[in-house]
Amino acid sequence: MTARCNPKTNSRRAGLISAAVALVALSAACGSEMYEVPVETPIPAKLDVSAFQRVLVAGFVVGGTEDVDTNQETVRLLRSQLRTKSELRVIDADPMPLNEVAQEQNKAATAEASTPALEGPAVRTTSAVENNAATALPLKIKDEKDLEPYDRLFANTAYWKRIGEEYQNPLIVTGSVLFVPRTSSGLVTREQEVYDGLGRRRVVPTRVYMERKGFMLRPKFIFIDGRTGATISSLSRREEALYNAQNETPALSTYFELMDRIVPDFLGTLSTQKIKGTRVLLK
Amino acid sequence: MKFSMKMRWLKALVVLGAVALAVPAWADTRSNAREQVEFGINVAQRGLWREAIYRWEKAVEIDPMYAAAYNDLGIAYEHEGQLDKARKAYEKALALEPNNAQIRQNYDLFKEINDRSVQPKDKQ
Repeated sequence: MTARCNPKTNSRRAGLISAAVALVALSAACGSEMYEVPVETPIPAKLDVSAFQRVLVAGFVVGGTEDVDTNQETVRLLRSQLRTKSELRVIDADPMPLNEVAQEQNKAATAEASTPALEGPAVRTTSAVENNAATALPLKIKDEKDLEPYDRLFANTAYWKRIGEEYQNPLIVTGSVLFVPRTSSGLVTREQEVYDGLGRRRVVPTRVYMERKGFMLRPKFIFIDGRTGATISSLSRREEALYNAQNETPALSTYFELMDRIVPDFLGTLSTQKIKGTRVLLK
Repeated sequence: MKFSMKMRWLKALVVLGAVALAVPAWADTRSNAREQVEFGINVAQRGLWREAIYRWEKAVEIDPMYAAAYNDLGIAYEHEGQLDKARKAYEKALALEPNNAQIRQNYDLFKEINDRSVQPKDKQ
């Protein structure tokens, strides 16, 4: 049996086929007109450090948990990052115990202020006592308020100039780091897997009450010109990580997790950073 | 009446003639610019971004309405760290083809990086 074709149907089919061919050709052509290429966008340093060849990550005033030696770890981490990701030569030196340095400077300043002057001893002693109470540095730093009085150390240009001279006028990186435990309880949104009667999986956002604990990291980096002892710039950041209260996440690993988020900004201040990505070239 | 009909025909003929002359000229312009763009893509894929920039700058000079060439220029400027020029090139490409999803995506990715580079120094 031979099938007879209707000429009308034939021409319609031919039309459809040619349209499909044209569509395929068009999409193929479109596909070949796009080229994904890797790009590395250089982001210039926010701070002009061209006057310095070397950098001294001196040390930090630290507060919060004692589970981590925050001064030691911060100095070590920043130095290793600067070694690989900046053109500045990193000076190797023991991290400076700046909490103690600040305490000593404060004691010296207090002693100087309380020395009776010849012309009016009674008046001078009273004001010195008041001054002492106002400028006392808390021995244990628990929060940001405790850290505030330590800022005087970074404004002491004579001290930083002396440090600069000792290391042949480098750029000095210092500041304060607060790393404190945090707890939080309340409703949080979590994604929960549910299966329907046919065994299909769905993810549903649900609000659940949770006790969480973790840490808050608040570094303030201060950049000092080693030639003058003056502050050039500063960078403050605050990051927090909270986990399920049952999780026993070590403080040190949380510290590194939080520093990971902060380090790109720190590096971006001192050196040109290249951001990798892809873009689409068009014909 | 007859005269006005003749005039109408004459006008139509003039317009048609102009179009007939302009289309090949435009096609030639686009084809010349396209050659530059293609060459630019070729060298950019081998990492020769400066040569690519030269080619794409030529392409937009030949055909200032060529959105793809501006897009490619934006990418190349971005790669070379010339962020101001990159922004202008992307914006020109988008002005020419506002609905082009690829150009929009490239521009959005660029903006994300560019915004990061102009953040204030002391931030909380």
